[in-house]
Amino acid sequence: MYSFKPSEEQQMLIDAIKRYAMDDLRAAAREAEEEGHLPADLVEKGWELGYLQASTPEAYDGFGERSAVTGALALEELAYGDLAGAMAVMTPALFATPILLAGSEAQKKAYIPPVIEMEWKPFTAALMEQKFDFDPNDLTTTATIEGDTIVINGEKSYVPYAADAEAMLVYANLNGATQAVIVPKETTGVAIGERQKLLGLNALPFYTVSFQNVHIPLENRLGGTEGHDFAQIVAASNVALAAMAIGVSSAALDYAIEYAKDRDVFGVKVAQKQAIAFMIAEMGTTIEAIRLLVWEAAWMIDEGKPDSSKQAYLALSGAMDAVMMVTDRAVQILGGHGYIREHPVEMWMRNGRGFAAFNGLAIV
Amino acid sequence: MIDFETPKPIEQLNNVVETVAVNMMRPVSREMDEKEHAIPWDFINFMHTAVKSMGGTSMTPDSDKSKKDGEEKHPPIGYQRLAHMVEMLAWGDAGMYLCIPGGMLGSAAVAASGTPEQKKRFLSRFMGEKPVFDAMAMTEPQAGSDTSAIRSSAVLDEATNEWVLNGEKIFVTAGQKALIESDGFVVVWATIDPAAGRGGMRSFVVEAGTPGCKVTKQEHKLGIRASDTVSIVFQDCRIPFENILGSPTVEKSTKGFKGAMATFDATRPIIASQAVGIARATVELIKEELAKNGVEIRYGLPRQKLTSLERDVIDMEVMLRSAWLLTLKSLWMADNKIHNPKEASMAKVYAGDIVVKITQKAVELLGPLGYTRELLLEKWFRDAKITDLYEGTGQINRMVVARNMLGYRGSQLR
Repeated sequence: MYSFKPSEEQQMLIDAIKRYAMDDLRAAAREAEEEGHLPADLVEKGWELGYLQASTPEAYDGFGERSAVTGALALEELAYGDLAGAMAVMTPALFATPILLAGSEAQKKAYIPPVIEMEWKPFTAALMEQKFDFDPNDLTTTATIEGDTIVINGEKSYVPYAADAEAMLVYANLNGATQAVIVPKETTGVAIGERQKLLGLNALPFYTVSFQNVHIPLENRLGGTEGHDFAQIVAASNVALAAMAIGVSSAALDYAIEYAKDRDVFGVKVAQKQAIAFMIAEMGTTIEAIRLLVWEAAWMIDEGKPDSSKQAYLALSGAMDAVMMVTDRAVQILGGHGYIREHPVEMWMRNGRGFAAFNGLAIV
Repeated sequence: MIDFETPKPIEQLNNVVETVAVNMMRPVSREMDEKEHAIPWDFINFMHTAVKSMGGTSMTPDSDKSKKDGEEKHPPIGYQRLAHMVEMLAWGDAGMYLCIPGGMLGSAAVAASGTPEQKKRFLSRFMGEKPVFDAMAMTEPQAGSDTSAIRSSAVLDEATNEWVLNGEKIFVTAGQKALIESDGFVVVWATIDPAAGRGGMRSFVVEAGTPGCKVTKQEHKLGIRASDTVSIVFQDCRIPFENILGSPTVEKSTKGFKGAMATFDATRPIIASQAVGIARATVELIKEELAKNGVEIRYGLPRQKLTSLERDVIDMEVMLRSAWLLTLKSLWMADNKIHNPKEASMAKVYAGDIVVKITQKAVELLGPLGYTRELLLEKWFRDAKITDLYEGTGQINRMVVARNMLGYRGSQLR
């Protein structure tokens, strides 16, 4: 039976996140972007909303079940406030959720509780690499099995909070397949590089990380010695990023509407001009359409539908185009003011472009 | 709870409708397109029986019907079911779909603002032995989207208690079949007080065979050629007083007119469903043709590694699926009595856009093959465009969406 209405519980979560997203993340976003720093208490407050804890079963010290649909709803709201802040709050999920999805029972028991029990700590993951045609299924970083150890070599990028990470999940190419390995803090051969400077997301600390003959016990291979299915992690990430792209789009649209209804031009409001009104209509329509695609992909993941990976891929494909179109138009609707850093739309336009590059930087 | 599972009853019906589309529509699709004004009677006669079994009207799902035998716990799905049906039939042939007998747009107007007596009088005819059609006559040579410019008039002759209609209507879908080929009717929009603007606008039922009502022209169109589109002239056309839909007196408010416009909240997503049907047919054909030639779409690759062709197909799939979900949502709202003018127009805008993009791109992608009439692709390219035009152009629907998003009245965004 079709339904497009979140459950009461989901709606309560959405409302709680929305308050935080607007009162805290949005309020701090510009300064954080300019300073290149997110205040720790800001991130901690978001962490205390308990979304990840509520998505983790009791067996691993959480108090709920993972739902990709709920995740998509939550991440959209977070990103509506500020994308950098949203990603910061959810960085520990990059470590915990793949373990929950694909880890062995022993790994889940050992690694998840420390993440969700304590205050926000930088548990993170390293997937991306610096090349134009980066493909999560064709990594340059290698993993080789030598007896009961696994050896990692290569260079990663876009690793959030790598410099302070408690532990990270490192993805590498093992005989042609992408596999994740749990890499503890202060492992020999792991070198944190420079903090990266990007087009957007300046508030979020991203680092390059190099791995030189890094020896890890084979039991740290995600899923145990036999490994795991990487596709479900990609799908969960694609849906998460797509949902965040919708959040950014939605923020830009609402801001543009407010501006256009307030600004006078030729004796009327800017929004009363068809050229502007039509842009707004198309922005709203596209967001609504692609949002449903994202929801459906999330729902398919939850239901274990066979095509969920493809659907998640399509959802992100649609969402990355939507967010670029919408944020660009938001800047356009503000005219010259859109180009000034007093308004957030230029930041959202920069952040929006990132979804074409982001891989694995969020997960539901 | 968010849910995308197709309801079982819809799935079952869908299988039946697919059989019809595959066996009764596709095989004659090309022929009916080429013989522009021929009427697909085999298909019509077959569908007549089917539509009768559903109560005779297809555009006005009666949500209460499903509430027999203690099943009232299920939320109503009448419009959602209709959307699936229309999508599948348009997948079969968007022109022939418009030839389905039984109550369509005209009946939707009767159902929306008619009295119980009127409903009985006008809608019972669809249950007879022979197929009967209806039509809606709104557009005039000088009045398209701007319906307030309608000049057709209705004057009450108090001596005979009859309305006297005068004026010309164009672009009447299925007017030929409603007035000439069957004992159907056409719902005509006319003003009872030219000075009152929209407040004076009313709809009237004119039955087949009424003197003074004449079909004067059949249009030659870009696509949907199996469907007739006619002009109708009313010259001192007299109809009983009881044939007016809604109040016979002029009111200051435009409530009556707005009420009639509210039928768009259901009919626009139905047009969107047609668009999605044509779009799905196109995407399926493209993928089949590519597969035949050894081209598989490699989902999951970064865009930088995809061929241009793969990207185009992936974009098509994104557009197709999101348009369908948008359409379903707007009708799910209609079924659940949630006010949906914004969503209805969004679905129409989006689906009308994407089907045009998809069919145009598809003809491009298949090159010389795409341009021939050997495939149905070029036909779908022609058929698709109508969905961005009728039941409100894409631009009119953008206005509706924008006004709703901005909280503007018509006077604030014109």
